[in-house]
Amino acid sequence: MKPPIEVNSLTRRFGSFVAVDNISFAVERGEIFGFLGANGAGKTTAIRMLCGLLAPSAGRAYVAGYDVKKQADQVKRHIGYMSQRFSLYQDLTVRENIHFYGGIYGLSPKALQAKTTQMLEELDLESSSHTLIRDLPLGWKQKLAFSVAILHDPQIVFLDEPTGGVDPITRRQFWDLIYEAAHRGVTVFVTTHYMDEAEYCDRVSIMVDGRIEALDTPAALKKAYGAGSMDEVFVQLARPAGKTAK
Amino acid sequence: MKRFSGFVKKEIYHILRDTRTLVILLGIPIVQVLLFGFAITNEINEAKIAILDHSKDEVTRALTQRLLATDYFLLEENLQSQADIARIFQAGQVKEVIVFESGFAGKLQKEQQAHIQLILDATDPNTATTLQNYTAAIVMDFQQELNQQQALPASITTRSRMYYNPELKSVFFFVPGIITIILMLLSAMMTSISITREKELGTMEVLLASPMQPAQIILGKVTPYILLSLLNALIILALSYYVFQVPVKGNLALLIGESVLFIITALSLGILISTVASTQQVALMASLFALMLPTILLSGFIFPIENMPEILQWISHVIPARYFITIVRGMMLKGAGLDILWKESLILVGFTCLFILISVKKFKIRLE
Repeated sequence: MKPPIEVNSLTRRFGSFVAVDNISFAVERGEIFGFLGANGAGKTTAIRMLCGLLAPSAGRAYVAGYDVKKQADQVKRHIGYMSQRFSLYQDLTVRENIHFYGGIYGLSPKALQAKTTQMLEELDLESSSHTLIRDLPLGWKQKLAFSVAILHDPQIVFLDEPTGGVDPITRRQFWDLIYEAAHRGVTVFVTTHYMDEAEYCDRVSIMVDGRIEALDTPAALKKAYGAGSMDEVFVQLARPAGKTAK
Repeated sequence: MKRFSGFVKKEIYHILRDTRTLVILLGIPIVQVLLFGFAITNEINEAKIAILDHSKDEVTRALTQRLLATDYFLLEENLQSQADIARIFQAGQVKEVIVFESGFAGKLQKEQQAHIQLILDATDPNTATTLQNYTAAIVMDFQQELNQQQALPASITTRSRMYYNPELKSVFFFVPGIITIILMLLSAMMTSISITREKELGTMEVLLASPMQPAQIILGKVTPYILLSLLNALIILALSYYVFQVPVKGNLALLIGESVLFIITALSLGILISTVASTQQVALMASLFALMLPTILLSGFIFPIENMPEILQWISHVIPARYFITIVRGMMLKGAGLDILWKESLILVGFTCLFILISVKKFKIRLE
């Protein structure tokens, strides 16, 4: 069986600027794959190609077994996506948001009803199902957004900086949800700026100037770079890039 | 299809939950119609005038009485000398001074003609012209009666009939324009804002990453606004019919059909704006300045297109509202049908296709 995500020499150019430069990797089923890099390193461009939002200039990428260039529609059906900005509608209630996202992924009313009940139970939100999202505490919104992103049981979920601007305790709780999903066999592809979160990943890749400079488990990376934390590894890799950029 | 209806439902929640905007959206047309109907009017009532009568005979007195018997004029002062004219205009209240030459009745008797001088305060040219016309009409009327009594030699007289708006009510002229402006404002501005809002919130990315097709997303977003705009058009029609007795002489169903066509034109323009604008603020500015001002000034809503400099007349050809105003005026006031207005309707269809074509192209480029 093909791995959920398989990337071969994927490249994206904007004019003469190469945003993503010939990257290759594969992600296993149920793996939590951390996709790190400084701002402007090409993470977002890469994630957009993998989600079928942006066509690659060269190379191939298969997500859930489908070619992202030729079968973007199929790719979209089999993935979940949570953007760095908050992706629930503030002026809709919890239940309305769940129904809306379930609806656009084509869930049947019956399945949707069952899913909604189950999700509200798991998140302990039953009493707040008619509350507007804007009235929920941030931590709950975040967890609900993640649950909504995997509402349609996708094989893979892409999380683009899902914990930006969230306090450490809520972040920790959010990662518990990610672990749970991975445990159920969902492949998690996550970008983050927080290096403590990088430690939670099964494997981590670090992107510098459009290329993947390092890819391994956090423990192996720390050993290879003689660093005490992922933070140090990241700084060692990203610093030369910062100099050349200036 | 079920996906689509869910999407429309969500959009309707957005509209209904934003009470303030909703009140504004439904309130604007009502306020506009009442404002244009009652306050902003070309008609003149009880304009203050002064009379300088050098003759003071029975004819001038009769004519003065005739003038003041109408609702149009209110006598402010009987002037005594030519010098008073400048003073009374400068005081600012009086809009017109009527001067009868001396020996008025005698001259009329002997020479068959006498002179009246009208002096008008033309700081407001529209009022001045209107007052002049009113006065001339009354004088003409008076003269005819005089002629009948005295059985003078045959003379040619004109009799005017004001077709389609016999009482020359300005609200007849404004209502089609208001419908046009409101539909343009609502449809283009609201769609462009609601699409850019999704971009700003980041939800657009999530929608694009879902199996929804971009066309479905756009269509789902604009559908509620078609209904809202249509509701507004009906409110304006009903208000102007019941409050100001503006008739709908043509086929009402056809008029509503044409309104839907224009709403779609405006919506497609709104979509076009949203493909270019990245924030709600930019979308709002673009709709207001790039769209509203030319629409109000160059569509023939207030200023007749034929009177514009040639270059502005050319520009007005690319203003969709121009054609819709022609259609609405024709249908409401003249009872015209598609046999006459097919050209304007086709042009609107053409505009709509063009806007949608460009939007789709732009949208694709953005996705790349």
